Amino acid sequence: MVYRALGEFLILVGSLFLFLAGIGLLRMPDVYNRMQTGTKATTLGALSLIMGVGIYHPQWFFKTAIISLFILLTNPVSSHALARASHNKGIPLAEGSVLDRYAEDKERGLKEEENDS
Amino acid sequence: MKVVVSTVVLFVLWVAITGSFDPQELSVGLITAAVISMIAPGVAGPEPKKWLQPKRYLFTFIYLFYFIYAMVKANLDVAMRVINPRLPINPGIVKVKTKLKTHAGKLALANSITLTPGTLSVDIVGQYLYIHWIDVKSPDIEAATQEIVKGFERFLEVIFE
Repeated sequence: MVYRALGEFLILVGSLFLFLAGIGLLRMPDVYNRMQTGTKATTLGALSLIMGVGIYHPQWFFKTAIISLFILLTNPVSSHALARASHNKGIPLAEGSVLDRYAEDKERGLKEEENDS
Repeated sequence: MKVVVSTVVLFVLWVAITGSFDPQELSVGLITAAVISMIAPGVAGPEPKKWLQPKRYLFTFIYLFYFIYAMVKANLDVAMRVINPRLPINPGIVKVKTKLKTHAGKLALANSITLTPGTLSVDIVGQYLYIHWIDVKSPDIEAATQEIVKGFERFLEVIFE
């Protein structure tokens, strides 16, 4: 069956991306870069896995599509909250980072009017 | 007006989640949607007439494909960096400017940025977003905006504004 093969392929791709996300978490130098791999690869990995299951079992397709939508909406929000919290806690960027506009602007005070120059 | 639109929106969501067209399920869903809309008409957003413009749906549909393409590209890019033994990263936090005014639009933009090419939204202040970029190509606000925001903004402007 063609759709079964497609479903299996998507599940395989999903687990591959999740595996790469795991390697990324180990290799990246600081919390922000880890979050990069941690959000992108896990979102696509999870989406691909879930949609793969949805295609393998077509009667579940709508439900898996809704689950994917919720993952797509919530996953980046949590990573955004984590990144903001770590920056406000004062966790530095890794050595070799080029610039940090956020810290520069925070020193000046994060006011909307000031930024509109 | 507000109540009717949010009832329809909630009802469609109900049908999508339950995934059944059984008359009992449908009637319960319709009643629930109506009651919720009467208690909280704000669920459809501050300007409910936006739900009635077909142009927005068309662009949402196109955006979906553009977004999936961008997301797959981003994942391959980050995956290549992860498995490359030299770990070619050049990280930093840049500042970009957006034209989007609505909260929903900014949320969608920040989410899209987080999920695509090596970028992660850290904070939003007014019209400015702070973005952690795994490979900073330009520290300049204008150039970074061009690189990160413009592709999405084109679509999101029509969908949410």
